[in-house]
Amino acid sequence: MLHEIPNSLYFCLSAALFTIGAIGVITRRNAIIVFMCIELMLNGTNLAFIAAGNMLGSVDGMVFVFFIMTVAAAEAAIGLAIFVLIFRQKGTINVDEINLLKG
Amino acid sequence: MDLGLIDPLFRWVVFGASGIVAVVASLMMVTRRDPIHSALWLIVTFFSLAVIYLTLHAQFIAVAQVMVYAGAIMMLIIFVIMLIQLEIVSTRKGRITGGKIIGGFITVILFLEIGAVLFSFPGGAPKASAERAAQIGSVASMGTALYGKYLFPFEIASVLLLVGLVGAVVLARRRQE
Repeated sequence: MLHEIPNSLYFCLSAALFTIGAIGVITRRNAIIVFMCIELMLNGTNLAFIAAGNMLGSVDGMVFVFFIMTVAAAEAAIGLAIFVLIFRQKGTINVDEINLLKG
Repeated sequence: MDLGLIDPLFRWVVFGASGIVAVVASLMMVTRRDPIHSALWLIVTFFSLAVIYLTLHAQFIAVAQVMVYAGAIMMLIIFVIMLIQLEIVSTRKGRITGGKIIGGFITVILFLEIGAVLFSFPGGAPKASAERAAQIGSVASMGTALYGKYLFPFEIASVLLLVGLVGAVVLARRRQE
């Protein structure tokens, strides 16, 4: 008889997704890919929330994930609008060349 | 459809397959040079995560994952890539620089730290029974929580979405001078 899937496997998967996203954020230079990597990191944390809520027998984990999704949607709308704006102004979205705030 | 109540062997197979697909697709997402390819691989990751949520009895979140992430957000991202992408093809090749190696090394250390915390955690937390978990994950209990205990945050979330919508329109509008 097989056991239930242990929660540590879910947390390991969540940590792996988070780390892959973090590597992408650090190594890639295209702003849209950096943005997608941040979405991947958010998904890693979502998985941890759901696994913890499942482990503790609580609905709160799922409610948290719901709010994270809301924030991610708002962030996507604003962030992509900013990318379009920067592209219109500077003609590039390479994050190394976006230095408008540099003194 | 509740994967949680089916045979454990089947659940293991589903979890293993979709976990491997999620990790491989996210690795492909990070390493592809063309942003469109990255976006398509990210959609694969989102779908496999939705399947993993089903093995955790979270049906509502699984459907919301497909609709919000794989549907709405990725549609937006691909739309913007098509809008912007004309010149990116000609950018110089991504060289492996020292900074990238150091950055990757630091994030691997981050992963090891998370793993160390996981395994120092006393893992014997009582797992809720499958029936209880399936009851929690149902849309009914989720809706009860959202419209009862979390009513105020829920309303704030709708205001947040409205602000995001108006902000995006205001930002992306072409200024008439």
